Amino acid sequence: MIPALVLLAPGLVACGGDDDGDGSSGDGTTLTVYAAASLTSTFEELAERFEADHEGVDVVLEFGGSSDLVEQIINGADADVFASADTKNMDKLTAEDLQGQDPQDFATNTLEIAVPPGNPAGVTSLQDLAGDLDLVICAPEVPCGAATQTVAEAASITLDPASEEQSVTDVLGKITSGQGDAGLVYVTDVIAAGDTVEGIEFPESADAVNTYPIATVKDGDAGDLAQEWVDLVLGPDGQQVLSAAGFGAP
Amino acid sequence: MPAVVGTLFVVVPLAALVAQVEWSDFWGLITSESSLSALALSLRTSAVSALVCVLLGVPMALVLARTRFPGQAVLRSLVLLPMVLPPVVGGLALLYTFGKRGLIGETFEVVGEEVAFSTLAVVMAQVFVSMPFLVVSLEGALRVAGERYEVVAASLGARPTTVLLRVTLPLAVPGLISGAVLAFARSLGEFGATITFAGSREGVTRTLPLEIYLQRFDDPDAAIALSLVLVVVAVLVIGLTRQRSGAL
Repeated sequence: MIPALVLLAPGLVACGGDDDGDGSSGDGTTLTVYAAASLTSTFEELAERFEADHEGVDVVLEFGGSSDLVEQIINGADADVFASADTKNMDKLTAEDLQGQDPQDFATNTLEIAVPPGNPAGVTSLQDLAGDLDLVICAPEVPCGAATQTVAEAASITLDPASEEQSVTDVLGKITSGQGDAGLVYVTDVIAAGDTVEGIEFPESADAVNTYPIATVKDGDAGDLAQEWVDLVLGPDGQQVLSAAGFGAP
Repeated sequence: MPAVVGTLFVVVPLAALVAQVEWSDFWGLITSESSLSALALSLRTSAVSALVCVLLGVPMALVLARTRFPGQAVLRSLVLLPMVLPPVVGGLALLYTFGKRGLIGETFEVVGEEVAFSTLAVVMAQVFVSMPFLVVSLEGALRVAGERYEVVAASLGARPTTVLLRVTLPLAVPGLISGAVLAFARSLGEFGATITFAGSREGVTRTLPLEIYLQRFDDPDAAIALSLVLVVVAVLVIGLTRQRSGAL
């Protein structure tokens, strides 16, 4: 038992976040970015550019649901930057006064209908989703579900889903496997899913535009690097990468 | 000393959960419409799943404990696999078998029975992950009971069916009960296979663990209150059987 604890100890300390000597001191500097899962591919690409431009800097990306991430930061996780998929979760950070600089919006995302390849149910519009088919959407409790409710209300249709999932990934899983006939996910998810689903745009999506804010975290170890990351995301390079992935301009 | 550490490791997080409960509106949180519907669905499906596990698992345990055939060790490993498999993987396996585009999913549709997004899918997911618990515990009980009484009964002229019903199974009853309870408890806690295979819809497929997972975003207090309900139900189930059979 005791030897096992000793072996574990260095790892535990490294996770603890009080390794001040590590921060912004030239070699071996780490920038930890907490970002919404929908940003995975874009932020990975930007991290490579950032590391190429900053020698000796290691960008550690932590992806997850925005609500989980903000919860972890509030509970002391060692994040330098937080990029949220909605303003609601960024507000939780500012409510705790944990932001470095004030949050800035850097991208938007809208909903799109996703159907299995070949579109077996012949869906062409949002109105079709109210018909007799296996519809899979996000539960109203999660951000993509709240957006779904908004567009449904704006179009005055009643959706009768076969399943209300906890995340966009779960919705996509049901569509790619052909289990569901249609789902509502974000434009960027459809692009990221490649050939496994087909996307169908609909005009009512303009009624629920999701805004992504980004902020540095107060007292982060990475110092100025955190702000440089934010600048990269807001700058032309970042915007170009985001736009290629289907995100809209803020 | 390690025993103390081990016990604390299990007990302290449970205590932390209890400490988080908002007792002032606890009752309101667990009696909301969605909570009650999730609890009822969980109890119903878990009971059916435990029953199915008994019906299918007893013959399996008998075959594994009382017969010898080539490849038996491999078969046993395969049957026990869901125990160590991540439930999500189990859910995917079920999806690719019984899903709309699965191996035999189309056959089901021909019969007019669609498994997708139905309570049946929830039960299937639960049976898949729970079955090994019943088989393992019953097979163990059968092995411990041994074959002596069966041999005696047979030598006294009892037919194989009589031996099975009057000697083998009665001796294994404690193992069967604890196995069924474990299967029920495992079904009650089933999450990964259910969400992957069955989806999540109130009253149809959203069991208590799925409801907890969903509520933790929007209403953490409700999630914690429901977690406590699940813990209490689990403790009750295990406590009751322990008292009855003393075999768990």
